[in-house]
Amino acid sequence: MAYNTFVLICGGTACESSKSDEMYKLLQKEIFDNNLKNDVQVVKTGCFGFCEQGPIIKILPDNTFYVKVTPDDIKEIVQEHLVKGRTVERLEYKPSEDKGRVKIEDIEFYQKQFRIVLRNCGVIDPENINEYIARDGYLALEKVIFQMTPDDIINELKISGLRGRGGAGFPTWMKWNLTKKENADQKYVVCNADEGDPGAYMDRSTLEGDPHSVLEAMAICGKAIGASRGFIYIRAEYPLAITRLEIAIKQAKELGLLGDNILGSDFSFDIEIRLGAGAFVCGEETALLRSIEGSRGMPTPRPPFPSVKGLWEKPTCINNVETWANVPVIINKGGAWFSKIGTENSKGTKVFALTGKINNSGLIEVPMGTTLREIIYDIGGGIINNKKFKAAQSGGPSGGVIPEQYLDTPIDYNNLTAIGSMMGSGGLIVMDEDDCIVDVVKFYLQFTVDESCGKCAPCRIGGKQLLSILDDISAGNATEQSIKNLKAISIAMNNASLCGLGQTASNPVMSTLKYFEDEYLEHINGKKCSAGKCKSLMTFTIVADKCIGCTACARKCPANAIIGTVKQVHVIDQSKCIKCGACVTACKFDAVIKG
Amino acid sequence: MTETMIKIKINETELEVPAGTSILDAAKQAGIKIPTLCYHEDLLPTASCGLCIVKIKGMNKKVRACATAAENGQEIITHDSELYNIRKIVLELILSNHPNECLTCQRNGNCELQTLAKEFGIREQVFKPQLKPKNIDKSTTSLILDRQKCISCGRCVQVCQNVQDVWALEFIGRGFNTNIAPAGDLELNESPCVKCGQCSAHCPVGAIVEKDEVDKVWEGLNDTTKHAVVQFAPAVRVAFGEGFKLESGEIVTNKIYSLLKKFGFKAVFDTNFSADLTIMEEGSEFVDKFLNNPASLPLITSCCPGWVDYLEKYYPCCIEHFSTAKSPQQMLSALAKTYYAEKNGIDPKDIFMVSVMPCTAKKYEISRDENMSASGIQDTDVVITTRELVRMTKSSGIIFDALPEGKADSILGEYTGAGTIFGVTGGVMEAAIRSAYYLITKEELSDINITPVRGLKGVKEAEIDIKGTKVRVAVAHGLSNVKKVMNKIKEAKAKGEETPWHFIEVMACVGGCVGGGGQPYGVTNTIRNKRTEGIYTDDKQSKARCSHHNPMVQKVYEEYLDHPNSHKAHDLLHTSYTHRPVYLK
Amino acid sequence: MSKLTLDDLRKLREEKTQEFSRRNNEQDKSSIIIGMGTCGIAAGAKETLNAFIEALDTNGLTNVKVKQTGCMGSCNVEPTVEVVIPGMPTVVYGNVDGTVAKKIVLKHIIGKELLDDHIQDKPAMDIIEN
Repeated sequence: MAYNTFVLICGGTACESSKSDEMYKLLQKEIFDNNLKNDVQVVKTGCFGFCEQGPIIKILPDNTFYVKVTPDDIKEIVQEHLVKGRTVERLEYKPSEDKGRVKIEDIEFYQKQFRIVLRNCGVIDPENINEYIARDGYLALEKVIFQMTPDDIINELKISGLRGRGGAGFPTWMKWNLTKKENADQKYVVCNADEGDPGAYMDRSTLEGDPHSVLEAMAICGKAIGASRGFIYIRAEYPLAITRLEIAIKQAKELGLLGDNILGSDFSFDIEIRLGAGAFVCGEETALLRSIEGSRGMPTPRPPFPSVKGLWEKPTCINNVETWANVPVIINKGGAWFSKIGTENSKGTKVFALTGKINNSGLIEVPMGTTLREIIYDIGGGIINNKKFKAAQSGGPSGGVIPEQYLDTPIDYNNLTAIGSMMGSGGLIVMDEDDCIVDVVKFYLQFTVDESCGKCAPCRIGGKQLLSILDDISAGNATEQSIKNLKAISIAMNNASLCGLGQTASNPVMSTLKYFEDEYLEHINGKKCSAGKCKSLMTFTIVADKCIGCTACARKCPANAIIGTVKQVHVIDQSKCIKCGACVTACKFDAVIKG
Repeated sequence: MTETMIKIKINETELEVPAGTSILDAAKQAGIKIPTLCYHEDLLPTASCGLCIVKIKGMNKKVRACATAAENGQEIITHDSELYNIRKIVLELILSNHPNECLTCQRNGNCELQTLAKEFGIREQVFKPQLKPKNIDKSTTSLILDRQKCISCGRCVQVCQNVQDVWALEFIGRGFNTNIAPAGDLELNESPCVKCGQCSAHCPVGAIVEKDEVDKVWEGLNDTTKHAVVQFAPAVRVAFGEGFKLESGEIVTNKIYSLLKKFGFKAVFDTNFSADLTIMEEGSEFVDKFLNNPASLPLITSCCPGWVDYLEKYYPCCIEHFSTAKSPQQMLSALAKTYYAEKNGIDPKDIFMVSVMPCTAKKYEISRDENMSASGIQDTDVVITTRELVRMTKSSGIIFDALPEGKADSILGEYTGAGTIFGVTGGVMEAAIRSAYYLITKEELSDINITPVRGLKGVKEAEIDIKGTKVRVAVAHGLSNVKKVMNKIKEAKAKGEETPWHFIEVMACVGGCVGGGGQPYGVTNTIRNKRTEGIYTDDKQSKARCSHHNPMVQKVYEEYLDHPNSHKAHDLLHTSYTHRPVYLK
Repeated sequence: MSKLTLDDLRKLREEKTQEFSRRNNEQDKSSIIIGMGTCGIAAGAKETLNAFIEALDTNGLTNVKVKQTGCMGSCNVEPTVEVVIPGMPTVVYGNVDGTVAKKIVLKHIIGKELLDDHIQDKPAMDIIEN
């Protein structure tokens, strides 16, 4: 006995609530009735992430993908598809052409994800260079060494429209070209792998899953700009990525894909690893370069830009991991191919680390121009417990919130900047109605205050002041002047901080004030936190009608703040209450309310 | 090479400046002052304070004028309401992180932050004070480091690391908790610090200041059992006037004599006298080595205590080349408590010897080892800096401008031009050559102006022809320049080769003592040059310009010391050196 | 290993590409590929790896290779495992702990049936193979 066909039905929570379980049973019944039980297996799967299109049925091995299937459709699927071998076209998924997203003409794909950067992650053994080579690895390097001039390479990048994935989105070809134009006896190529945004791990996964793609790209850059040495600056907290990079460099050197006279040509390129000690500011390129040089990692003014005076004052081309990982594909498939993906101003894909109140958290790669709604509901499987979406934070501590009204805005560099957030490195944190905006912003500010290098006054002191004002707001000690001060400090930090970290540190404040000022005012004037996150603004009270005087709450209260004896209505002494919420949990009669 | 000129427009004013000119300097040329707090002419811009931001047409981000070179065709706006508002908030932020202790601060009245607050009309503390904890380092006898007052501008770190190459100060901690401290959060006396005080001279606020010992001086003066005497250094006379709105470089020697007398000092000596004496000792030491033991050369000067500390820490291998002659300060104090005491029948214990120096390391020198107590007790009792003397004067009620020209007390007060030029880089060398030539040849130099060793160039070299014998000399000032010279010596020694020079003068501070760490605030090369000019004018105006022509020096040898490098001279006027660890912990 | 010339690299790539794509249909190319990124390892991928090796051993399945790869992106269902068995569709299983690993060996590899509840969709089509 062996099955020849498998019917996969999505068993994710969202699909299950739309009757996938019922359909599972129906499928089995139909298959039995049609005497197919020895040929076809029905399998319940984990969430496919495509929840807005659910319930979903996928048939293997022919890979048919049916969406929005209802119990009424089951009979037809079995009859048509399984018995007669004809696809039920009306249920098949058809990619939409709306929202200005540019589609790749010759490829049809039902998934919302499109993997360029992560093409090898989860596919190859990262510790085996042969598997990388088997998947077009070092083909691009071969091409640039033997068939392309430096100008050809840079032109291909220009056509591709690739922009830096580390944050600001500077056109990559321009960076390369500026470094190429400099005359110097030595130039350097640097990979910024000092990923530090809270909740972001795109670079770590790329390096762990496909280290050679970065090595190859750096060598390509070396050829294009005339550099023979490269450095990868990676944080020491990424031991596995470091190990895999070390293995990859060793293997590439052994095969002569790095080192002197690569593939017998006159091009030589070598790469060394430098470990960062975990200072967030070292992800800022000038601070990173100082750290490689052995100095304290503090930013220096730009100009001069690294392309003119970088590492040891020599022209240096610095890109982040994700940017590098795109390069071999662009060389192999051509800039024109790459430029078909994405939007007018933002080409290619973007990797996001999707976290927060989302069912399917994880690492995703989507074409630029994908909407937040698609990311959250089609890939992420929606909000946990079907709560209401409040906002998503993109760009980490340097970014801002994307509120509900922009769920359908195609995500690209320009659109995110226009709504007051930024692409950043790709952290995407989803918040629901239970998240307090003031609390969230405090989290980010605490991060930037901790990670400020302390060099420039606006960032060092401004961040601390913002945080202190936010603390006042969540403690109920603020006035409307506090909002004015928040705005004034934010503007000063944005304009007068030395590096990107300080200039953007106030973005979470600015962007939330733009979309959620009411929530701030609720805290300030109403002394109320609707999400119930700001403890000082919460009060716990016992509803007399419901209290039976069981003393359970009083016994649990760690502050002895609950007064009352057996069979008497209990009362909470607000002056003693520490707002821990233990009484709420202890009460079996829902008599304690939080508000 | 001709400079390329570029055309720019600043606030509608068109002007031409050499390519590479910073926007800050270009604006100055256009008659516009952009506010700064961290910027200092001596140092590379650290770009930390954020006050000097300006707008460039076509650029999104504002740039720092101090750290950005103007580019051809740029249209720059340095002042408008937006920039004013941003600067004011940045300033208010800095003030929120700085204690409101102006009234009790050593920098009260000459604090750069206070001045800005005044200029911007800050009238209230808009933001809640966010202060760092009080954390004061009083471990050295020279400097006080109050980290709560520090605004993290980074000037001290730069001057300590880049100009002085001492690396005692570093940024430690990060973010809001960034502090200035020696690596490993040591105290200054456990660190490589040489006490040169350049940090204090460059600090815009009161975070690093000289240890104020004015009260100690008053105490000594008011003690009727004490016989208070005083000396002051060459470089003091051309900078002290700055404290009274006089031009830098104006020579106020005679007024200082009157001033010190008015304070009540029983005798006013001049360190210039002992500078001449130093030349006799050090010059004779050189001549002896040069004639009898040339293999033991080079001889390296030792009158700078910051430099002595640096050498003992970083170049113990070169201790044998160090002149054993003490600094003029210590020579004079030793003589005051022996020769002067004996001559006037005063118990040395009753003498209260005050020294006014352009230098914070001098405060350290007086107790550095037992050789500094040649008289049996500590030879110098208190050292105050030029800055302290200015404050002391202002509190004394004496109107400096109105003082008559006075005179120093005889014997230990008379000096030649050679003594006075000890106050500038190259001066000790020049004075030594003037006398060494005579000591070797018994003939006078035809031209005693040794110009190749003058000026602000970091390392100066010259070849002096002494009757057919070539003497190669080098002069270095600013310890990072000194390091270059010393490394060459170390290298040559290691290889067993002849060292490139026979005689080397070292001063720790840029410009020499005129640019000392205890001099009035606001030093720049312009000011160093003016003070230097004053010193050379004093030299030119002197009756005698060679130390061996100082009749009083000769008299002291006749009456007391016998001859240079005599046994007695060695006991009183010479010292020894030892290898000291760079870090005490 | 000696340094490659251009021809060597091309030959090597051709050979390895064939090996790599053949693994889906050749009997001796059965493999279990475990996501061993930091996320996978943190979720217990090493235990999963050991469980597979043990179960394969117990059942005498010497021709099934156990291999590692990087993160597949599905952090909420780590550890993830791709199972490539000739005659069966290649699928990715999520939440594969030791128990599930044993089930995969018994049911999927030996019994040629798919497991309920653990199958994950591959996130995207492969741009190298397509």
